Amino acid sequence: MLYAVLCYNDEAAVFSWTKEEDAAVMGRLNVVHEKWEAKGKLKPSLRLLPTSAATTLRKKDNEVLDGPYAETKEQLLGFYIIEVDDLEEGLAFARELTAANPGGAYELRPIMLYNPGSPVEAR
Amino acid sequence: MTDLAWIDAALVSARPQAVAALLRYFRDLDLAEEAYQDACLRALKNWPKNGPPRDPAAWLIMVGRNAAIDVTRRRAKQTELPDEDQISDLSDVETEAAQRLDEADYRDDVLRLLFICCHPDLPATQQVALALRIVSGLTVPQIARAFLVGEGAMEQRITRAKAKVAGAGVPFEAPNAVDRAERLASVAAMVYLVFNEGYSAADPVSARASLCDEAIRLARLLLRMYPSEPEIMGLLALMLLQHSRIAARFDANGNGILLEDQDRKQWKRPLIQEGLALIDKAMRARKPGPYQIQAAIAGLHARAETADETDWAEINGLYQALERHTPSPVITLNRAVAVAKLDGPQAALDLIAPLEDRLSSYFYFHGARGAFLMQLNKNAEAREAFNKAISLASTPAEAAHIRQHLDNLAR
Repeated sequence: MLYAVLCYNDEAAVFSWTKEEDAAVMGRLNVVHEKWEAKGKLKPSLRLLPTSAATTLRKKDNEVLDGPYAETKEQLLGFYIIEVDDLEEGLAFARELTAANPGGAYELRPIMLYNPGSPVEAR
Repeated sequence: MTDLAWIDAALVSARPQAVAALLRYFRDLDLAEEAYQDACLRALKNWPKNGPPRDPAAWLIMVGRNAAIDVTRRRAKQTELPDEDQISDLSDVETEAAQRLDEADYRDDVLRLLFICCHPDLPATQQVALALRIVSGLTVPQIARAFLVGEGAMEQRITRAKAKVAGAGVPFEAPNAVDRAERLASVAAMVYLVFNEGYSAADPVSARASLCDEAIRLARLLLRMYPSEPEIMGLLALMLLQHSRIAARFDANGNGILLEDQDRKQWKRPLIQEGLALIDKAMRARKPGPYQIQAAIAGLHARAETADETDWAEINGLYQALERHTPSPVITLNRAVAVAKLDGPQAALDLIAPLEDRLSSYFYFHGARGAFLMQLNKNAEAREAFNKAISLASTPAEAAHIRQHLDNLAR
């Protein structure tokens, strides 16, 4: 089975950690990452930049909003990792998805750290 | 993380919202701060036992309010305090409180709290000290260390600033759109002052340098509240991009290293990525402003992997845009550096010649002039300009930097 493990925490608190606190937490997490990567079970993992850097495209009116997707009616159903020149190109991708999708929204959140992990077998 | 560490982090991040809401409730800064302190003490006792509340800010506001009301009642009636659990048991109230204090209230509260620190009668350093004390919750000794003054002097400074703010009357009515925009602009300027206090520190791990982190935290808070303000995106981006260079800005002796000589591998990528992402986002609004333009300039430096790859033509254009926005001889002086790279040092000297009257007592004017003259091998004139600069240097690091040029000329 492939699972996506989604990480939640209070952003204001996390981005208030001192460098030392942040390094300590990341250090402990990295021990776990390395263990599971050695087993070949950790696939790409990433750390996102704060929601203040996010932009959201809504299906309704094809509206672009500054900030994260904040509605609670919808649930997270999937995500993509893209490599583009800028936000405009990222939005172009999201617009194509929006056109193909009857509803919902796409939030574009820049990635802070990207670890490719071990490859996933074709399936 | 230990109990204490996460509680501390939660209290720090909830503080601006909590103090701001308590201020609206009590309309008295000291009372609001006392109530918040009281709530924190209760959190330290209650949270390890019962786990963290879903909304720490709402918890602190309700508990702070209950506790303060209780103290007032007790003073009035000399009756017994109700027992601890009654004040801190918020299992029912929390949801209600969180609903009542919706986003809009929070926003205006926090903006008000920041705004009262920007009182125009307060000198810049007092605005910064007051904001660090009441918004960020730094202790007086911490602020005194950051400003390199004694604790007693800082205590006095903050007390005087508070008295002035209280005397001026705090605007408690909800601001209209124009007021809100003006308040936001004052607050943005004050946050940038906090940052610049930190940026002027010669030691990147000092208490003073940590003010940069504090300013960034405040700007993130502002942007969470006002996610569509391009100038707030610009301000945060500018500070992130400048701060990304912190590890590369000084040599082992604490002397400044020029941007073009810095080891760019030491620039912090996550800060740069966040800064660039914010600029990208801000540009879509097509409402340029001074912070956005300065951030865009910093962004071009950040994008260049080596100093030689810097896009000076674009930087020159951005400085011209900045000159149109906020005309200032200092901006023209900065543009001269780009012009020197594009059209040579003589063009730069021609550009800054008309500024001499207005910038004759400005350290950087003579420093830059000396550097352009040196590039033209006009060594005698360069020496004269550098000597003038040294006489105007305000820090040992500035003087040391110019002395290095003079030493090079002497060789």
